[in-house]
Amino acid sequence: MTVTNPRVDPKGASTVRTDPCTPVVDFSKLKADFPLLSRTVHGHRVVYLDSAASSQHPQCVLDAMDHYYQTTHANVHRGVYTLAEEADRLYDAARVAVGRFIGAPDPEHEVIFTKNATESINLVAATWARSNLGRGDVVLLTDMEHHANIVPWLMLAEELGIELRWIGIDEEYRLDLSDLDRLLDGVKLVGCTTMSNVLGTITPFARIAEAAHRAGALVLADGAQSVPHLPTDVGRLGCDFLAFSAHKMLGPTGIGVLWGRRELLEEMPPFMGGGGMIRDVRHDGFTPNVLPWKFEAGTPPIAEAVGLAAAVAYLEELGLDAVRAHEVELTAYAQSIFAERFGDDLRIFGPPGTAERGGVLSLAYRDIHPHDLAQVLDQAGVCVRAGHHCAKPLMRRMGVNATARASVYVYNDESDVDVLADAIAEAGTLFA
Amino acid sequence: MTGLEDLYREIILDHYRSPRNRGELPAPPAQRVEGFNPLCGDEVVVYVRVQDGAVTDIRFAGQGCSISQSSASLMSSAVKGKTVAEARSLIRTFKAMMSVHEARLGDGPDGTGSSNGSGDEGPDTVAPDPESLGELAALQGVVKFPVRIKCATLSWNTLAQGLDEAEESATPA
Repeated sequence: MTVTNPRVDPKGASTVRTDPCTPVVDFSKLKADFPLLSRTVHGHRVVYLDSAASSQHPQCVLDAMDHYYQTTHANVHRGVYTLAEEADRLYDAARVAVGRFIGAPDPEHEVIFTKNATESINLVAATWARSNLGRGDVVLLTDMEHHANIVPWLMLAEELGIELRWIGIDEEYRLDLSDLDRLLDGVKLVGCTTMSNVLGTITPFARIAEAAHRAGALVLADGAQSVPHLPTDVGRLGCDFLAFSAHKMLGPTGIGVLWGRRELLEEMPPFMGGGGMIRDVRHDGFTPNVLPWKFEAGTPPIAEAVGLAAAVAYLEELGLDAVRAHEVELTAYAQSIFAERFGDDLRIFGPPGTAERGGVLSLAYRDIHPHDLAQVLDQAGVCVRAGHHCAKPLMRRMGVNATARASVYVYNDESDVDVLADAIAEAGTLFA
Repeated sequence: MTGLEDLYREIILDHYRSPRNRGELPAPPAQRVEGFNPLCGDEVVVYVRVQDGAVTDIRFAGQGCSISQSSASLMSSAVKGKTVAEARSLIRTFKAMMSVHEARLGDGPDGTGSSNGSGDEGPDTVAPDPESLGELAALQGVVKFPVRIKCATLSWNTLAQGLDEAEESATPA
């Protein structure tokens, strides 16, 4: 095995430039960038349709992390020697790259590395909310939230006596904003997903944020599903906090991001205590470090930050507009193939129009249980998720215990959808 | 489809399509016990009537995949009319079938799936006598699909709890 010319600043996307200003991406060639997609399962090539849970990695992300470990690794913020300085520089550069990716006005101070989106939301709950909310204060959530944006607030309801309110959903699986102003009355914080991990619904986040700000509330965006798939600009979203995970955007597990407005982050108390997050420690107290290190106790995920930066570079080379267009096309293809082959036997939960949904397709086929469906699909090499997708309140609202969820990303193509459809048909035969 | 015959045996599909003893019993006098598989959201409710040390009637309700539903159906047919001691023995045998085979499979990528929440498979589990299992032997193939073992054992664990509760409530205070 040889690794030729591993670069810290990887480029690797299969782009064909016809014009120096407008890269045209040939998405049909992208599978070759992802080593895992060349393996087989049960004698079939892997058809990976579970990117809403976790995405695969292009070679350049793996190379960037390998290269870091093989040439550069040292702890950050603690050494004066060359390796440590290089590690420092890579870690800081990753922060800036990620900040630019989401349009952060002040990436050096406003991008906090966490473990994942879940930890990012917990950070806001444990620091901002605990120091700003008390008994009877209201946090407004939506019926579409992932458990990661529900349970931290339920914990605070138990601990502090805060009250939770919920924005419901309509019959086409959109947020029901008809009563938004009344729901916002007296609310201190709104926690809202930008894209449902079950329905694919892209929420009208900017509109909610504007109304929330008018009502004097802050707004936290759970961007775990949208940041990997849609162009993101925190200013345009109008959020005060944005949480997302690297492993859903071609990056490694173990690192996530919290972006927050600087003035809010400055006021918030530290999250976890330890090394790195302090200015000074005495027998009788400590002085917290400045941003962003105030929120990053202990040795951070350095190699993971390097991998995330490589993933961001890869996505930027593809262009998020192109990624979005590719997924819209693929979703529309899946919808038409499913309608053609299965008619009313196959139900897709979520808004019908591709403009208001991402490439997350929660399916019900006849009365075949999602576990059975997923089992038959696995036999054909098709990876989909079956279950409640960590959104039990939403599933109850939908009236189902579980769905089978197929979700697409940059490396998927029409042939993957065809294999999925064939496998669904086989399940239909088996359980006829 | 190749590879799935071991899982979806005809008997299993038959019990899934036409479940035996599906329904409810008035509780009391029956014991009503709920079982959940938090992993997939499957739930089963077992109603078991114990009289004079015997399972005189049993029903199950709830929703779940073909494995959990057919296992509940097969279980209900197998224990109805048996003494509580015989039913308990069958539960042990069935769960041994689920764990012994798994151990024999070795350390596959999902080799950690042996825990089914009840934690009562000791190291002394013995290979079950297939003769004693009858139709239940059709569920043997489930052990090749470790993620699904919990589906198969859900109703059995729930029944075990129901028998415990029946015996507790029968014991004079």
